[in-house]
Amino acid sequence: MNTPGVRSGRFNWLAAYAIGYMVFLYAPVVLLPLFAFNNSTIVAFPLQGFTTKWFQTLWTTEALHSSVANSMIVAVSTAVISTILGACAARAGARYRFPFKKGIVGFIMLPLVLPEIIVAVALLVLLVQLGMGLSLWTVVIGHVLICMPFSVAVLNSAFQGLDVSLEEASFDLGESRWGTFRRITLPLVLPGVISSLLITFTISLDEFLIAFFLTGTDVTLPVYIWSQLRFPTKLPGVMALGTILLSATVLLLILAEMFRRRAAARQGKDNTPAGGLV
Amino acid sequence: MRIGLNREGVQGLTLISPTLIYSILLLAAPLLMVVTLSFWTQDYLEIDRTPTIENYRVAFSDPLYRLLMIRSLAISLVVTAVTVLLAFPVAYYISFHVQSKKALWLFLITIPFWTSYLLRVFLWKVILGYNGVLNTALTGLGITEEPLSFLLYNANAVVITLAHAWAPFAILPIFVALEKIDRNLLEAAEDLGDGPFRRFRRITLPLAMPGLVAATLIVLIPTMGDFITPRLVGGTNGLMIANMIQIQFGKANNAPLGAALAVSSMFIIGAVSLAIVLASRRFSGGAGR
Amino acid sequence: MTPENNNDRRQIVALNDVTKHFGSVVALGGVSAHINEGEFFSLLGPSGCGKTTLLRMIAGFEDPTSGSIEIDGKPMTGIPANRRPTNMVFQNYAIFPHLSVAENIAYGLRQKKLTKAELAREVDGALEMVDLAGYGGRASHALSGGQRQRVALARALVMKPKVVLLDEPLSALDKKLRDQMQLELRNLQRSIGITFVLVTHDQEEALIMSDRIAVMFDGQVAQLATPEELYRRPVNRQVASFIGVMNFLGAQMSEESETSITLDVAALGSVEIPKTSVPAGLTPSQISDVGVRPEMLTVLFDEAETAERVIEGQVEDTSYYGDMTYYNVVLPGLSTPVSISMRNTAGRSILQPGSKVRVGWATDAIVLFK
Repeated sequence: MNTPGVRSGRFNWLAAYAIGYMVFLYAPVVLLPLFAFNNSTIVAFPLQGFTTKWFQTLWTTEALHSSVANSMIVAVSTAVISTILGACAARAGARYRFPFKKGIVGFIMLPLVLPEIIVAVALLVLLVQLGMGLSLWTVVIGHVLICMPFSVAVLNSAFQGLDVSLEEASFDLGESRWGTFRRITLPLVLPGVISSLLITFTISLDEFLIAFFLTGTDVTLPVYIWSQLRFPTKLPGVMALGTILLSATVLLLILAEMFRRRAAARQGKDNTPAGGLV
Repeated sequence: MRIGLNREGVQGLTLISPTLIYSILLLAAPLLMVVTLSFWTQDYLEIDRTPTIENYRVAFSDPLYRLLMIRSLAISLVVTAVTVLLAFPVAYYISFHVQSKKALWLFLITIPFWTSYLLRVFLWKVILGYNGVLNTALTGLGITEEPLSFLLYNANAVVITLAHAWAPFAILPIFVALEKIDRNLLEAAEDLGDGPFRRFRRITLPLAMPGLVAATLIVLIPTMGDFITPRLVGGTNGLMIANMIQIQFGKANNAPLGAALAVSSMFIIGAVSLAIVLASRRFSGGAGR
Repeated sequence: MTPENNNDRRQIVALNDVTKHFGSVVALGGVSAHINEGEFFSLLGPSGCGKTTLLRMIAGFEDPTSGSIEIDGKPMTGIPANRRPTNMVFQNYAIFPHLSVAENIAYGLRQKKLTKAELAREVDGALEMVDLAGYGGRASHALSGGQRQRVALARALVMKPKVVLLDEPLSALDKKLRDQMQLELRNLQRSIGITFVLVTHDQEEALIMSDRIAVMFDGQVAQLATPEELYRRPVNRQVASFIGVMNFLGAQMSEESETSITLDVAALGSVEIPKTSVPAGLTPSQISDVGVRPEMLTVLFDEAETAERVIEGQVEDTSYYGDMTYYNVVLPGLSTPVSISMRNTAGRSILQPGSKVRVGWATDAIVLFK
């Protein structure tokens, strides 16, 4: 294909710009492992030599371990609940015509464009008025609210890509409604479901503000990190923690992407870019 | 399966009801409560439920709150403009110039976004600080003699950090809009005599408008309420309204005033967003909708 | 074979005054028809005429607003698609993308509780029936359009339904493959003897494949007849122009006797027609048009050639089709030229526009319209 605007043999300013932009995007991320392995309590250049001691201190920090455990509970619950709720909305939106559809779907997607501080404050006001104590579950409530729009968006494309006649064909061949869901619908939207679970899990794991407002005595990982940022001596440890988180997330995302492509290839569908992400 | 509008309507509503009920109970109700709270007053721990607009009078007349409100709006507008303008050429490059590795580019763009937001903001502090990476490099290379002090703890730092944090949210919608443009339209424009720049202005840009508007809103609205970035890199001159809302709900113990500030900022950002949407409609003349 | 003497065959589907409204839109306005066991029945009409809605109601995907549908003597009201003795070949084939060819075909057999060996035998038999023996292990997305169509057919046939419903099954194929599949489908249907109900907008396809055709316009059946009957005796101008090409000429009755009527036809002059040729339900005085098919008119190339009736005309233009040439010929007293189709034979050249020609025709080629 002859792409309009490309003149071969000429320096491509646009490509150079794009690469420069990538440097800007990765600049802070690259620093993370550098300082994590840097043998100095001061997070600054020049580097002082290689060490793994900051990683070792993580093993012995009890508060960190409990915050990781808390974050796992919150992120897994959030991922499951928001994916189920998101699937209901996405399926209804893709398959049925019903009154006020645009308004209802728009309302569910609202947290996507609502400043997090508003969501946090609003839930805090509600919980205080109801006299409910703050706990990890109140954080889950808030996280589900902001994750649901992402679930709906990811699953929407999955359900929209699902040809209605496939379900009709299954029904026509004598299969029941539940059997059709199990044998046709679910296998075909599974990559979308997994994408949704991973994305919502990652968002919840990383979310700070709502957790900061709504958690009780049990803190999540970002809230723990926030508390550590105040102490300069703790910073290299935070860098080490960040490096681990970064590696784990990238690994998870690569796995998710590979899985999605395999599933897409098996269905003989186009490998549309960004199909799995946002 | 699909029997008339009524039964289909009932099925659709039934299916969406769990999600809708969740949103009504935990989004609409709390928001309504915030609005109600903003019309009450608080004296230490006592809440006075007599409706009054006193909080709003304070929110709009007190110089500090007014300053924070204006600064928040200004910062988020600048951040949005910077982010979208920086992002557009990248989205354009991926959509029009990258042939087979589009998915890889998009994947690479989203990776930094998946690392902890808190840590990314903090790392900008490390980069921009007085003894930071950038200053070390500049003095080391002899470009500047003294470390630059205007990099950190001001509005500039907030803009740079937020423009970085929201990059993928700006690139993706623009990319999707550009991908949707039928390449035949561009060839048709060229065939009808448009040069590259005219074609870009008359075809590409109007058709990419929905993506640009989506990117603008997705960046603008949340940044208005950002809390972490001003706290970490903003200094005292970079604090924004969200920090004040948090203070009112926390230390200052004046939740009604905090609620009024929250409602006011929501109202302002809503009005600005609406203006942007309307202006973009006028620009693209209803095209691309 | 006419619809009347078809009635001694067993009815498999009965449509009793079926209507369908979508909100305020009337998709079907009262359709009554019978489909006989073992016949190839087509619903033919332009898009939006309600033919697909009717098919989907037989399948059980839509409920009639009023009226009823019976299949094999049993009323189908309230019976969902998965409990009807019908199976469908979808327009896009709806091949399950995550299942292999064999798994697609075996999909519906699961309810029948067969042993593994029986299942494999059924699947192999179905594959053989559609000429895809050995394709069972293929991934379904690796199939060509024609192969997908065969898999969809095999998946329906393996259920041994009372009726196979086909929703424009050939529209996604290219012309050559479509022509081949038309014959294959018809031959397959004849050999297994299951009733086929086909929805199509392609009149040629319907004529080639069907035993009987229901022509539909605007949610109504305009004519239900055999292909030959439809082509030779269309009941109105709409049916006549939808199926093939028809030249319409203004006409009026000038005389009526015991046994015949005489019409005054534009350009052709006075034509006497026996009363037996006037269709039932058409009062001779109502006749305002007659129709003549292009192949029923003949260009007389040779001076010696003659016909029952001959008229002089002038060639306006020609369209060359390879095997045929269509002449547009202006006849005296007509504002629009008539279309005449002539088979191209060896050694005969194509007439140039402006040439004077003699046109031959016969009175029994004339169709009468209101």
